[in-house]
Amino acid sequence: MVCAVRGLTKTYPAVRGRRGVPGAPAVRATDDVRLDVRRGEIFGLLGPNGAGKSTLVRQLTGLMRPDAGSVEILGHDIVRHPERASRILAYLGQESTALDELTVSLAAETTGRLRGLEARRARAERDAVLEELGLTSIAGRALKKLSGGQRRLACFAAALVGERPLLVLDEPTTGMDPVARRAVWAAVDRRRAERGTTVLLVTHNVIEAETVLDRVAVLDQGRVIACDTPTGLKERVADEVRVELVWRETAPLHVPEVAALRERAVEAGRRWTLRLAPEEARAAVATVTGGAAFAALDDFTLATPSLEDVYLALGGAARGLVKA
Amino acid sequence: MSVVPAGILPGAVADEDDAARGAAELGPRARMWPSLAAVYRAQLSRARVARIPLLFVATFQSVGILVMMRGVVDSGGHDARFVVAGSSVLVVAYVGLNLLAQYFGQLRGSGGLDHYATLPVPPAAVVLGAAGAYASFTVPGTVVTAVFGGVLFGLPLSHLWVLAAVIPLAGAALSGLGAALGLLAPRPELATLLGQLGMSAALLLGVLPADRMPEAVRFTRDLLPSTYGVEAFARTFGPHPDWAFVAGDLAVCAGVGVASLAVATWAYRRAAVR
Repeated sequence: MVCAVRGLTKTYPAVRGRRGVPGAPAVRATDDVRLDVRRGEIFGLLGPNGAGKSTLVRQLTGLMRPDAGSVEILGHDIVRHPERASRILAYLGQESTALDELTVSLAAETTGRLRGLEARRARAERDAVLEELGLTSIAGRALKKLSGGQRRLACFAAALVGERPLLVLDEPTTGMDPVARRAVWAAVDRRRAERGTTVLLVTHNVIEAETVLDRVAVLDQGRVIACDTPTGLKERVADEVRVELVWRETAPLHVPEVAALRERAVEAGRRWTLRLAPEEARAAVATVTGGAAFAALDDFTLATPSLEDVYLALGGAARGLVKA
Repeated sequence: MSVVPAGILPGAVADEDDAARGAAELGPRARMWPSLAAVYRAQLSRARVARIPLLFVATFQSVGILVMMRGVVDSGGHDARFVVAGSSVLVVAYVGLNLLAQYFGQLRGSGGLDHYATLPVPPAAVVLGAAGAYASFTVPGTVVTAVFGGVLFGLPLSHLWVLAAVIPLAGAALSGLGAALGLLAPRPELATLLGQLGMSAALLLGVLPADRMPEAVRFTRDLLPSTYGVEAFARTFGPHPDWAFVAGDLAVCAGVGVASLAVATWAYRRAAVR
């Protein structure tokens, strides 16, 4: 076991309203969270913005003290000794302000030195990591002159200099193009295969979650509402099929079958999303692909459940989950 | 890439509890001096990207004050020494106090401190490295201002070497204060405001000689660390500088520097773990 979390709770205190500024009630950012991350796995924390993912990660990395509960990473009590976290794990946060004005090369080298590497080792690891991620050609450019995705990749490079058995990555691929994403996951896989590196990944991207994660904990309003493999989670809603209908202009509500479907659809402009039992789905597709409704239909898809469907079925408010 | 087993690296500790749990060896801790040097170097490199226009402004402002004051202050006199010394130390106040307060304020406000806080680096290395780099940024501007002022007001430049002590010690005091303000301010805008106010105080109270000021203002002037840098530097323009007083003034700078850097380090720890 690399990381064991028990009963982790953190409440942000209520904010009193002032003139012109409404008050906010106390918020449970993490609520009795229990997690077990095993060695060598890519463990995901999935949830929409504001679900408590980053707050949870800040408590795991020793950046924030929980109100209650325990965090044990590789046998070390991080609540009692938060300073030890920095010697066990590498953290890639969402902010790059500390590195923005450095060149890619210096950002990686300095981070390595501050991770306790000697000058020569830090330079050697810097060169190796920049080469591995394809950053050598832009090594001399300042991070803030780079595009968002390149800057993110440079920060990821800095996180890799100076080996750590646990990588905590908070939305590492935000803004990256497919080439950069592939470089990130290839680098992660290599470390996993060669050294048994464990990865704790924060994401709100369901497609990425399905393709790279070994196991995933789904967070909603500070609580873990499910924790399983992506396949295991999807099996929970295996009896449902997702039907998406896109109408040319407006839905042909004069067709009684379509009017009936409307009650079960989530509408987004011309797009309807329905979650139906397989035979219902078959009937719905037959209705819209034949007869009067077909003329109004622009496109339709029939899909097996995704993690997003799981999230919805578990009762989460799916706003903020990204499919990309 | 090679991997050194964590066990052979220095700084791996485990107490009895950890041994009982079978805790993994910890990675090495970054030592004080190497990490200070790394932070210093990184901060210095930022100058090339971001700071040069600001350094130019700092120098231009001080040179402008010299030119302006030339109209009201006679050359070679007692007052001229304070004008030149005050304008020179103002460069240190602008960069060390004002810009560093802004930098740390923004770093804290934007969550950039997380980067340092999740590395095994001593807090003092981060604070001292940044403060040292900002103090170094002031060297060219301070020297240019001092030489220009000396020539403009007909002051002897023979003791200009004293800047080698004035810049680091006034730099330590003012950048320590800047770092502390930046890290303690609850919001980045407040850090900027405090830095600006500190610099304005150094400008208003440093450039004019103390004996022209009312009692209450003189008391405020004595509370400002930049004053002692100005006093020390101004004394050396005299025909026979009293070096004991120069050393005394610089010792005050050093004392304030140590204290404010200690406060800034404490503030960093506090800001890093919330």
